[in-house]
Amino acid sequence: MAPTDGSRGDRAAAAQRRGHRAHARYEQGLSLVDQTKLVTAASELARNALDYGGGGEVRIERMSEGARRGVRLVFDDRGPGISDLELAMRDGYTTGGGLGLGLGGARRLCNEFLIESAAGRGTRVTIARWR
Amino acid sequence: MERIPILKMGRFLLVTIQVDMHDQLAIALQDDLTARIARERSRGVLIDISSLDVVDSFIGRMISTISAMARVLDATTVVVGMQPAVAITLVELGLHLEGVLTALNVEKGMAMLRKHVGPEG
Repeated sequence: MAPTDGSRGDRAAAAQRRGHRAHARYEQGLSLVDQTKLVTAASELARNALDYGGGGEVRIERMSEGARRGVRLVFDDRGPGISDLELAMRDGYTTGGGLGLGLGGARRLCNEFLIESAAGRGTRVTIARWR
Repeated sequence: MERIPILKMGRFLLVTIQVDMHDQLAIALQDDLTARIARERSRGVLIDISSLDVVDSFIGRMISTISAMARVLDATTVVVGMQPAVAITLVELGLHLEGVLTALNVEKGMAMLRKHVGPEG
């Protein structure tokens, strides 16, 4: 049941701000456009975790592989899960009255995208951008 | 609950989005703007997003909804001040903002609206 105060939206905003702050402190050289893409994707996924997943967690990891630097975000929720992933990924498909761009958009905006979910098992979405 | 202020600028209305918007704030803005357009018989709405360094599909949908509601009331919507990184990201995200004009800043947005609605408006 959605709360009727602004708290759910405030938590989404707070998650988004944490994403902002994390990448603002991040010294590994993601360009402004790359940062914007990553944080926008994060905003979509955070909103999904709140709206559909009943809340969840995001883990932020710095990565380096030799000279390559990147940021990975892992979103986990313990919500009802997604039974048809292909359908969920389709642009325009929404069960919540949104635009249906969040998952497909996050995939387009990131270098890496992985979604793991099943009905009754929650959802994990992993995204990453590399410099 | 706070509400986004709406400024009247002649025949047009101006809103400046500066804060992280939660659902209720977005709905309140849509409602307030629609009521204000009707009351003032405004011909245009300028949405200033120059302080937003992230625009996601939630904000995109709010802008589209405002534009659709304004159009029903014979008002044109112009989004001004979109940051370049945001513009690039929105294209890749797949957000189209159909029927929404854009301009670099408020001055240019107003000039665009004046041209659009004509001298008597």
